[in-house]
Amino acid sequence: MEHSQNFVLFLVTLNQMITVSVVLIFAGLAGLFSERSGIFDIGLEGKMLISAFFAAAVSFATGNVWIGVLGGIAASMVFALIHGITSITFRGNQLISGVALNFLASGLTVVLGNAWYRKGGQTPTLSGDARFSEITLPFADALRDVPFLGPIYAEVISGHKPLVYVAFALVPLSWWLLYRTRFGLRLRAVGENPASVDTAGISVIRLRFVAVLIAGVLCGLAGAYLSTSQGAAFGREMTAGRGFIALAALIFAKWRPWYLLMATLLFGLLEAISNLFPNIDVFGLFTIPVQFTQALPYILTVVILAGFVGKAIPPRAGGEPYVKER
Amino acid sequence: MDSTTETGRRATAASSAPPAFPSSGSEPPAIELRGISKAFGPVQANKDITLSVARGAIHGIVGENGAGKSTLMSILYGFYRADAGEIFINGERREIHNSQDAIAAGIGMVFQHFKLVENFTVLENVILGAEEGALLRPSLARARDLLTTLAAEYELSVDPEALIEDLTVGHQQRVEILKALYRKADILILDEPTGVLTPAEADHLFRILRNLRDEGKTIILITHKLREIMDITDTVSVMRRGQMTATVKTAETGPEQLAELMVGRKVLLEVEKTPAHPGPAVLEIEDLRVTDESGVDRLKGISLQVRAGEILGIAGVSGNGQSELLEVLGGYRNASGRILLNGIPLDLSGRHSDGQSRRAAGIAHVPEDRQREGLIMEFAAWENIAFGYHNDPKYQKNTLFMDNRALREDTRQKMKHFDVRPPIPRLKARNFSGGNQQKLVLAREIERNPDLLLVGQPTRGVDIGAIEFIHKRIIELRDQGKAILLVSVELEEILSLSDRIVVMFDGRIMGERIPAETDERELGLLMAGVQNGETT
Repeated sequence: MEHSQNFVLFLVTLNQMITVSVVLIFAGLAGLFSERSGIFDIGLEGKMLISAFFAAAVSFATGNVWIGVLGGIAASMVFALIHGITSITFRGNQLISGVALNFLASGLTVVLGNAWYRKGGQTPTLSGDARFSEITLPFADALRDVPFLGPIYAEVISGHKPLVYVAFALVPLSWWLLYRTRFGLRLRAVGENPASVDTAGISVIRLRFVAVLIAGVLCGLAGAYLSTSQGAAFGREMTAGRGFIALAALIFAKWRPWYLLMATLLFGLLEAISNLFPNIDVFGLFTIPVQFTQALPYILTVVILAGFVGKAIPPRAGGEPYVKER
Repeated sequence: MDSTTETGRRATAASSAPPAFPSSGSEPPAIELRGISKAFGPVQANKDITLSVARGAIHGIVGENGAGKSTLMSILYGFYRADAGEIFINGERREIHNSQDAIAAGIGMVFQHFKLVENFTVLENVILGAEEGALLRPSLARARDLLTTLAAEYELSVDPEALIEDLTVGHQQRVEILKALYRKADILILDEPTGVLTPAEADHLFRILRNLRDEGKTIILITHKLREIMDITDTVSVMRRGQMTATVKTAETGPEQLAELMVGRKVLLEVEKTPAHPGPAVLEIEDLRVTDESGVDRLKGISLQVRAGEILGIAGVSGNGQSELLEVLGGYRNASGRILLNGIPLDLSGRHSDGQSRRAAGIAHVPEDRQREGLIMEFAAWENIAFGYHNDPKYQKNTLFMDNRALREDTRQKMKHFDVRPPIPRLKARNFSGGNQQKLVLAREIERNPDLLLVGQPTRGVDIGAIEFIHKRIIELRDQGKAILLVSVELEEILSLSDRIVVMFDGRIMGERIPAETDERELGLLMAGVQNGETT
């Protein structure tokens, strides 16, 4: 069955949207867990970057992308642990700790990359088993001919790399964890009023460390996805502010998993459009320049952060170290 | 074999642990503290405290701020670790290192500032930390059942699905009690539980506490209100400067004796004042209306008068417009309506609606929240004394610089007049006790010799000794022929200080009374919005 050109473009755009949303979903969920526990995490960016680098480096060294992903997660968790120690154990300023980690990641990846590969901060291109390949979901070919839904299943939903499906599965899982389990109840409580958790005889410190480390794992997945799934190597500053966009999406989503999915898909759509249609011709009258479409996600971020989407109330104890008081 | 070890154990227990405060029965006391000491740096917060509370009793602990009551209870609840001493619960020695240990020992605590998650439901708050398993659903169901039982048994009804932020403070407090009961607490500690309650709510709380006692629970009540101690406790302990100065049966003591034990000297509990001789009206308010930032009407047409040489007391549960009234008069909230000071209209929303203009007109203001509105806690006393009066010519060296030396000298004078301790102008406001902070604010405002003094919650969190002093100064000012508008949530204070009382409810004036012709019960009803037996 032949599709019209517009329908094909539509499918390609949706496919791209999903591909580029994945990083934001991972990073957004990372921020969700951390901030729901009361620890602001401006260092999503840095954790993703360090993970992207180590995922690529370990994949290249071992030739196995799954080991590479573990390497990325480990690197990101080390960063998360530093953030936890400074902001939970030593009650430091969470924003400063996050900013410091971002700088550290930015410098460390380039220095190590230059030292190990001498390619201007790049890692060698990954190929074969050192990179993820696409999964074709069952019946993708058989259903291709079903009108409308068939091509969407085959072209948009099927044919992505494994981490894409992991990301999308994590959204309902996170929701369930937060709202249906004991752990989730305590996590949400500790971000709202840590004293309530403390007086109930539960360790605030341990809970917050768990949350921050979960954020580490998720940022690790985000970074590994960037360099071994979406790309095929690490490039300097390859996260390009996505950690901050994920934070914006998190605020947009009012710290809720399903809203977060919607927000990240919206940002993903904008990014996909700017990738696919650099210059949009408006009825032949004038052309919207590529710079504008590329800037759109960032502009939207600014608009959102300025509070144009209604009041987003952050977890009440967010950003404040917990000090026991009488 | 078995019997020898048994007797052996009993023998050692008996020899090493003589009961410090023998209870009448053979039953061991619910709580026994022996030689508890705790120091914070150089400050000895608790010094060799020994206390014994019988099972099924309501035991009161009174003492001034900083006497060490809260520290002692925090040790019992595992918030702090004592430097020395032992804790026995039901005759058994317990190590309480954290709240979990305290809960396991059957101790529940209701803090002065509730430890609730505001945007959680009642049920979620109740099960938090005491969930049955990894999944919430079964725990919530079980808690819902238990809450129904407890509600019926102890008059503790609360809607289990309501969000905490939608509940009144009285109901929030019930949630805290339910939390403790859900954790199977046998011993319940309440820290200043009535500070935020209306008289009716407080009565209800006391009914709950009596019910709990009758079921065999042991209750410790920490309070500074002697009347509550007399009303509800069976035994009472007095703390002063970290030490337990006395433990007596409530029936065998009285408020005067307790006050003396608390302060260490005789205290006048009754305010001594002569009848007022009111002069002409100083303040006249007509149809004052305020709508706040979120569009809620806070004042809905207030009209009142304060005359020279009288104290007008405004009673009401906090949040019924009293704060807004003070803010309008103080010049930091806009309003519509008319306010006359000595017959001259005040600007209520224009360029002259600010604190400077109000002070210039002769209004002095002791704000309700001294730590946020009255003082800057990180600033020295002498800097705080300048606030609002920094343009005073006597504080200026020349057009550019202030005369800090003169300011410090002035501060020293004021501190002396108001008995602020320690009288050190360079000390940060934070380092003074609550009572001395309040005296600092009063010194700044009263010494300006205003025509009208606005006083909000003059004795909130202030020691009994300082209360006596503050009340005396306010009455002195009245006797000098000044007009005083007093806002307080303490009915006792309103009744003893005021010459006339108006009660506010929901932004309106519910009624006016003369102190001699009314009582707490009647005022309490007005405060709850009940007029002539009908709810408005």
